[in-house]
Amino acid sequence: MSYLTKEELKIVGSRPIRPDGVDKVTGRASFGADLSMPGMIWGKVKRSPHAHARILSINTEKAAALPGVKAIITRADFPDVPPEKAYIGEAPANLRDLSRNCMAKGKALYEGHAVAAVAAVSPAVAERALDLIEVEYEVLPHVMDVEAAMASDAPLLHDDVFTVGVDPKPQKPSNIAKVVRFAKGDIEAGFAEAEVVIERRYTTKPVHQAYIEPHACVVAVAADGQCTIWSSSQGQFMVRGYTSRIVGADIADIRAIPAEIGGGFGGKTIVYLEPLAYMLSKKSGRPVKMVMSREEVFRASGPTSGGVIEVKLGAKRDGTLVATQVVLKYQAGAFPGSPVNQGSMCAFAAYDVPNVLVTGYDVVCNRPKVAAYRAPGSPIAAFGVESCMDELARELKLDPLALRAKNAAKDGTKAAHGPTWANIGYINTVEAARQTEHYKTPLGPNQGRGVASGFWFNAGGESSAAVHVNEDGTVTVTEGHPDIGGSRASMAMMVAEVLGVPYDRVRPVVGDTTAIGFSAVTGGSRVTFAGGMAVTRATERVVDELKKRAAITWDISPEAVEWKEGQAFPAGPNAGSFEPLSLGDLAAKAAKTGGPISAEVQLNAQGAGPGFATHICDVEIDRETGFVKILRYTAVQDVGRAIHPAYVEGQMQGGVAQGVGWALNEEYIYDQNGRLENPGFLDYRVPVASDMPMIETVMVEVPNPRHPFGARGVGEVPIVPPMATVANAIADAIGIRLRDLPMSPPRLLAALDPEPIRAAAE
Amino acid sequence: MSKHHVSATINGEPMEFLCEPQQTLLDVLRDELLLTGSKEGCSSGDCGACSVIVDGRLVCSCLMLGVEANGRLIQTIEGLAEGDKLHPVQQKFLEHAALQCGFCTPGLIVAAKALIDENPDPTEEEARYWLAGNLCRCTGYDKVIRAVLDAAAEMRAEAAQ
Repeated sequence: MSYLTKEELKIVGSRPIRPDGVDKVTGRASFGADLSMPGMIWGKVKRSPHAHARILSINTEKAAALPGVKAIITRADFPDVPPEKAYIGEAPANLRDLSRNCMAKGKALYEGHAVAAVAAVSPAVAERALDLIEVEYEVLPHVMDVEAAMASDAPLLHDDVFTVGVDPKPQKPSNIAKVVRFAKGDIEAGFAEAEVVIERRYTTKPVHQAYIEPHACVVAVAADGQCTIWSSSQGQFMVRGYTSRIVGADIADIRAIPAEIGGGFGGKTIVYLEPLAYMLSKKSGRPVKMVMSREEVFRASGPTSGGVIEVKLGAKRDGTLVATQVVLKYQAGAFPGSPVNQGSMCAFAAYDVPNVLVTGYDVVCNRPKVAAYRAPGSPIAAFGVESCMDELARELKLDPLALRAKNAAKDGTKAAHGPTWANIGYINTVEAARQTEHYKTPLGPNQGRGVASGFWFNAGGESSAAVHVNEDGTVTVTEGHPDIGGSRASMAMMVAEVLGVPYDRVRPVVGDTTAIGFSAVTGGSRVTFAGGMAVTRATERVVDELKKRAAITWDISPEAVEWKEGQAFPAGPNAGSFEPLSLGDLAAKAAKTGGPISAEVQLNAQGAGPGFATHICDVEIDRETGFVKILRYTAVQDVGRAIHPAYVEGQMQGGVAQGVGWALNEEYIYDQNGRLENPGFLDYRVPVASDMPMIETVMVEVPNPRHPFGARGVGEVPIVPPMATVANAIADAIGIRLRDLPMSPPRLLAALDPEPIRAAAE
Repeated sequence: MSKHHVSATINGEPMEFLCEPQQTLLDVLRDELLLTGSKEGCSSGDCGACSVIVDGRLVCSCLMLGVEANGRLIQTIEGLAEGDKLHPVQQKFLEHAALQCGFCTPGLIVAAKALIDENPDPTEEEARYWLAGNLCRCTGYDKVIRAVLDAAAEMRAEAAQ
């Protein structure tokens, strides 16, 4: 059933307080590091100090002799895992690589790569034991940057990586793990037809998801192999699946309990600690707690790629795009698997262009393996493409939103990566942006305005939900997705809407892996879409069952029962004359009418509606310091239908702030030996409250017909436009185009006045 | 290594604990007293997730040693609500949807309470600079700032009655 045309939604679209809210404002909510168990000990990881080194030997004798040390593990404790793909997390992970990322085999591939781990009676003893583990390394030449890693004489990370996607199959190994291509039309003929061609090169730095909660878990393995994992992640089933494969345990022997998660943004769609804690617990017979330090989070967990984006746009003088081309080179980190494939597909997804060529390179280098980060791959491509669109608009003296409107992908447009669009709202976001008061407001001196757009696929996939009517007529809904930003509220709202009961009669629970059927990760902007679909379908089955129970009570046919506003009514005069039966009435009589009233639905949701956004930003430049102040920011987005508008706005605002950090300040700084110099929040500067203005949101609603309430994913696309939006605003303010991120004060000063820099260098 | 005996008043209750000299106040709160509402995000005083109020002053509990708590009055997130009555800052965080993951929330709420205690009528800019030591990666701060200003307004109105 669809509720798209339902005249009056009572709950969906309102802004109730989230069910887990009180726990989270009072400190009661239990996150990854908050659990303690009787007999629990503490695990710590020994990490490589080298960016690239052969591990010659590991001597654990002295550490093992330290009083209080209960277990030590190295790679030798882990089984070898075949290099197969597993679609458990957000992106397909190569299980062998994932295993070797958790614990290095043979070589350490980046500074911070785990080489051993200990468990001891206290964190302090575990730290001392780490110092006593002796690792002998042969330091190897390393390579950090993407184009350096692509060179034929670059140090090789892996002797078994041969470039995929080139013909003929290469005979020599390479750091280029994969080449992807998406093409449409005839690119050469397209550029020949162009009256204006703009060709530019842009670069981005790797940035971390920078969730405030470091990775944390407690793992307890019993003597018979049965195991409980309590951890903070974007998916308890992901934790269970990956851990089982890496340690060689049966899935049925692992119960993964989702702690509250303190931010993830994609970075918690894989495992780092759980397999190590499993092995330490197995060896010691004790529950083992592991918590990463902030420094470890930066050195050893996945940022997203730094990249090079080479864009070429061909257009007619009136702004019609005739050919667009981009070459994307993305750092994958120590193992193949950057988000270059997604970036390649997203690059021109917002535009209707007859001739398109996209080439992407997935390149390994001696950095931590990248992990998913909010719309993985798309923001990097968009920084280049959307900056270049602005350069084209300036060249053609066109309004940048008019240029986008002229070329906007619409229903029926065939995208270069394959799909033909249907029910998309891109042009609606551009038009809504043009109509904002913000876009029409005059600017002052040293101020500038930029706009940019973005695209993200959004995901569907496997979800489960169970709806139970309790004996007193209240309702419990169990879902399989960790609640990372208010999804419990959305789930309860959809259940309450379908059942016709007040929101506070429905209590949502995130179930552990034994309490609910398999559910894919909280990622890809999929939970409200796929999880919401499962919850709605389960509630509809409960309504069918309630009608049946009323029919039994009244001894009439179930078809003669109508359900509205939380009560069963006879469908018409022919059905008979009975007093309505409420949910509470039917719940109280459940035993007499057939037993408990519940329904569980498992599904593989298809038809996630694509997400498009258009952003506007005003900046003011301080020419003395190079500081860029964000004066005003408006995010316009097609959200399908906002189930809980406040949390949709929150996703948009959060994505913007992360994008502003990516644009202006965030970057990894390495020394010449490949060692990270800024592994903390003082020097890796994420936006703070005083960096940001209020963030205005405009929710455009083009309902997604594949979701019962019209929802489409909203969490990821808001991080796609900001980098180019800010760069375009800076160019508007000072007439200087910055093509390299971050656009930090030193970079801006150098661009404003390159002379002193040159003089200093000479 | 011998442990130190420390007496402090935590959330209005006299408490005693033993702690090692290198343990921070945050370690003591979380691991010894099981007050896990204060969070560890960085252990370097940069993120503010461990914010507590010591003798009326806002501090990062990761930057203070447990032994330094001796004789002090300490307020943590667990002590803000009175029974089932939330502090106005807590209530406004809920009403404004000022949290997403909720991990930075205890620290932000403690810091916001300390702000309003000191400055009952903060401007938006004052609130933003006061809270600049509390990182939130989810919200972009918009709803956080709205919640704090609204809580301050409500507390002023209550005080005027």
